[in-house]
Amino acid sequence: MVVNISLKSGVLDPAGKAVHHALGSLEFSNVKDVRIGKQIVIDLDEDDEKKAKDSLVKMCEELLANTVIEDYEIGILK
Amino acid sequence: MKIAVIVYPGTNCEGDTKYAFNILGEDVEFVWHKDENLPKNTDLVILPGGFSYGDALRSGSIAKFSPIMKSVISYAKSGGKLLGICNGFQILLEASLLPGAMKHNENVHFISKHQHLKVENCDNDFLKELNVGDILNIPIAHGEGNYYVDKESLLKLHQNKQVLLTYCDANGDKDNPNGSLDCIAGICNEDRNIFGLMPHPERAMESILGSDDGIKMLKGLIS
Repeated sequence: MVVNISLKSGVLDPAGKAVHHALGSLEFSNVKDVRIGKQIVIDLDEDDEKKAKDSLVKMCEELLANTVIEDYEIGILK
Repeated sequence: MKIAVIVYPGTNCEGDTKYAFNILGEDVEFVWHKDENLPKNTDLVILPGGFSYGDALRSGSIAKFSPIMKSVISYAKSGGKLLGICNGFQILLEASLLPGAMKHNENVHFISKHQHLKVENCDNDFLKELNVGDILNIPIAHGEGNYYVDKESLLKLHQNKQVLLTYCDANGDKDNPNGSLDCIAGICNEDRNIFGLMPHPERAMESILGSDDGIKMLKGLIS
């Protein structure tokens, strides 16, 4: 399972802004925005796809993401 | 007065916190995070600064699940006085004991310096020895102190006078070191028994070391 976590769209991303600025310094003038998130890969012992997804949602809500500032997306790697 | 200071793996300000309360004539008891109960008749619980669990995932995100936290949460929910300093503040936010969240500092640097603070509200146990508008000089040292909360909650914080401290310069004009919303440095809950701030009052206890403005802050909690 893979979880992608990123700051919510209305929340300013300081690290993304710094990287955007640095890309500008490197003369990549076509960069409109940079958002930095994190990816968490979880090896789950579960064959049922729905159950796997449900437990990932629970993990995200309780620990993996801080839903005050972050959104998460869950994907399945097989 | 019985003061409990919770120690997590990676906490590093528990000694300073003990030293600060010793100066005020109080002793503190360290409580290891794996303990399940607070000492009997605890009057004040402090979550000190540091880097609990190496700041893995997000600062404070793992510490909120430590075994002692159940007791800390029920103690605070029943009105017990609870103070979170720096990483302790981050833990309080992660545990939803205070509203909001911390982002990385706007300049993406770890900031360690003396910072002026303005007292915004003092009708609470923490800042009752101070007056609104007082300017304090207290060290800050953090990488994730960029306070964020949604607009609605921010309005509520201001309306309920839960914003306790803001960052400013020596004249009291706004001076934001980390990008924090409305320069917020410290807040409390609606019931005014849970306090969180990024600056370190326990490091400002002796003028020879730069400032003793921390004395008035911590004194409020024990008087």
